[in-house]
Amino acid sequence: MIKDEHYPDSHHDVYSKTVFGFWLYLLTDFMLFATIFAAYAVLSKNTFGGPTPKELFDLEYTTIQSVIFLLSTFTVGLAGVYTHRKQKWGAISFFLITFVLGLVFLMMEIKEFSHLIAVGSGWDKNAFASSFFTLVGMFLLHLVFALLWILVLLVPVFKSGISKISLRRLTCLKMFWQFMSIIWVFIYTFVYLLGIV
Amino acid sequence: MSLLGRLGEHAFKHDMIEYGAGLSMVLGGIVVVALLTYYKKWGWLWKEYLTSVDHKKIGIMYIVVSAIMLLKGFIDALMMRAQQAFATGESMGYLGAEHFQQIFTAHGVTMIFFVGMGLVFGVINLVLPLQIGARDVAFPLLNSISFWLFTAGGLYILVSLMIGVFAGTGWTAYPPLAGLKYSPGVGVDYWLWSIQISGVGSLLSGVNFLVTILKMRCPGMTMMRMPVFVWATFAMMILVIFAFPILTGTIGMLSTDRLLDTKIFTADYGGNPMMYINLIWAWGHPEVYILILPAFGIFSEVVPVFSHKKLFGYTSMVWAIAVITFLSFLVWLHHFFTMGAGANVNAFFGIMTMIIAVPTGVKVFNWLFTMYRGKVQFTNSMLWFMGFVFTFVTGGMTGVLMSIPGVDFQVHNSLFLIAHFHSVIIGGVVFGFFAGYSYWFPKYTGFKLDEKLGKYAFWFWFIGFFVAFFPLYLLGFMGATRRMNHYPDGNGWQSLFIVAAIGALLILIGVLFQATQLYKSIKHRKELKDTTGDPWNGRTLEWSTASPPPFYNFAHIPTVHAKDAFWEMKKSKAQVETKEYEDIHMPKNSSVGVSLGIISSILGFALVWHMFWLAAICAVGVLITLIGRLFVKETDYYVKASEVKEIEMRSRSV
Repeated sequence: MIKDEHYPDSHHDVYSKTVFGFWLYLLTDFMLFATIFAAYAVLSKNTFGGPTPKELFDLEYTTIQSVIFLLSTFTVGLAGVYTHRKQKWGAISFFLITFVLGLVFLMMEIKEFSHLIAVGSGWDKNAFASSFFTLVGMFLLHLVFALLWILVLLVPVFKSGISKISLRRLTCLKMFWQFMSIIWVFIYTFVYLLGIV
Repeated sequence: MSLLGRLGEHAFKHDMIEYGAGLSMVLGGIVVVALLTYYKKWGWLWKEYLTSVDHKKIGIMYIVVSAIMLLKGFIDALMMRAQQAFATGESMGYLGAEHFQQIFTAHGVTMIFFVGMGLVFGVINLVLPLQIGARDVAFPLLNSISFWLFTAGGLYILVSLMIGVFAGTGWTAYPPLAGLKYSPGVGVDYWLWSIQISGVGSLLSGVNFLVTILKMRCPGMTMMRMPVFVWATFAMMILVIFAFPILTGTIGMLSTDRLLDTKIFTADYGGNPMMYINLIWAWGHPEVYILILPAFGIFSEVVPVFSHKKLFGYTSMVWAIAVITFLSFLVWLHHFFTMGAGANVNAFFGIMTMIIAVPTGVKVFNWLFTMYRGKVQFTNSMLWFMGFVFTFVTGGMTGVLMSIPGVDFQVHNSLFLIAHFHSVIIGGVVFGFFAGYSYWFPKYTGFKLDEKLGKYAFWFWFIGFFVAFFPLYLLGFMGATRRMNHYPDGNGWQSLFIVAAIGALLILIGVLFQATQLYKSIKHRKELKDTTGDPWNGRTLEWSTASPPPFYNFAHIPTVHAKDAFWEMKKSKAQVETKEYEDIHMPKNSSVGVSLGIISSILGFALVWHMFWLAAICAVGVLITLIGRLFVKETDYYVKASEVKEIEMRSRSV
């Protein structure tokens, strides 16, 4: 007779179901970004007499930002490794490092936003600025959620170590962060690099 | 800015008809609340339905909500027909232009998002886990959340009747008309948040059911042994997860245009309204297949059972579904050939549109060949199927006709188009649902529907449909455009509009027969009782359980050796072998879904009326609800083997 745990809908299978479901969710998020990317691609030249991407973007600044974010992707990967090894403090410290790097990135981006608004390229000025703010703003929205998410998920880990549930949730969080870094690579390439050219 | 945002006294000023509609809704609500209180059913409702994460209960709730919305959308349709039957020449009809445009917008939104989607998700919830031999969906709580977001979205259409106005832009709300400049009121905002919130619900359902199908099939059920309904759902959910994010993104950008004054779809400042039209149809065309594929799945279940034959061409059916899924992303531009994308672009999309008709034709022939030389039983479900063949094929052919860009330029946005898509959506989705309704009704209630009244209902619907929509084909050729609240006389349109209105009344009689059918069947449920769990001599696993199935679906997860699993079991008598009962692991009820539904409906309302403080509170409320759920320890429990045994014995002794 087949034992319960071999049945596909037994609760032992929650981990693989959740992680797979999360992959699918990330796919939908990719589609969401693809839509906004498409809008940006169509509108990026339509500055309506306002400053162009070339005049606005500071490639050096954005490159530093990108390095910081890619670094955070590395640290979140390490955090994932520690999580799977059930090493509580390793996981906590690398998730916190990731958090700090994400926060620095967020601050830098907010600074860029306020710079753009200050030089007259706020989101309500023209189609280019609108689509830029929508795209990067959407990215920041994801980042803010992810930061909050790290803090929330670390509470039970801090209290009682890495349980099965925490392992599953932290794995999803790690995937989410890596997903964001892929999106950022696209933003860096198509918005900033192509904008400067 | 005041505490109430844009909400003021003027929001409650309406004309008499709207007051009447609003008042009857409020009265209806009061009656329901009073009855629930009088019979002390609140606890029952809360425990058994509102907080339930059981896919069967959620499916029933989807269908109840959709039925209410169907009634609402149908009244809209009758009002439009009545207006157009009279409003010619001197007579302006009884509806003002402002009101009329809200009605046709609300009709479209209601029917597509809250009737079509609701019925489809309802049937899938009810049937799919049973067909794959699972005890529930992959994420039961997420399923409940999806349902509540869907319901929250539907609420706005009703609320907008009483507070403020609904959009007057048509159901796809093209900018720049739907932009801030030309629609500064709350109508478009109601539209936006209604669709945004229910769209997120659909998206989550898509993820949920894909995981369910891929991860939770019972042992032995390989992909090519799945019932075709499961295949159709699988394809539909793939469409959902690819298409719905486009909708979310697109109307998200329209809401930033309206809320934050961005210039994405505006006509000035470099915005591009045509991009909106492209994006909305990049979602919108897959959406029509999202609606129709499950209906195809239902027919693929119904036809073999009532022909007493296995489905003709299973493999070609699966491939047809796969091809439709793929091609449905390559035809969106045929909704606006007239935009002027150029001859080559139009030709490409025209040809793709013609090609997508081929797999659909394959499916129709497969069903017909299933009936060929079968022992066909003309039950209600079969009647709906045959009605579908006539209606859907005429709709399909007129669709292919319009796929030729040159022809489309003539009939674009005419009543010909209206007749076309009503033929495929009513003939396909609605008839499909009705076929499934009479087929699966006994499974979930324990008694059959009255066949005779069902037949009357069918014939009124079927004849009424052709009387209502064939005049529209003619009117389209005669130059009548859609969405007219008034037209000049002397062009010979009025008589056809009157015929169409009579058709709508015939459909109304059909609907009344369906209501009577339900009432009488409930009244005579003893005589119509299904004791076997398998009233139709079914072929798939859902018929192997009791009617209605126990909350855990299967005491033992079945093992499958072939297609038409239950049919094979009956032939080999494999299911009589007795096994020891075991503890069953089940999810607990949760109020997270209903709480999220309530909070997000207030959130949307606050955003519509620009009460940003309230919106902020609700957003925090959503976060707290979700975070709170993370800290709930006991999310599931075990049903003891002894209890399972007791339930199984009771259902067998009946």
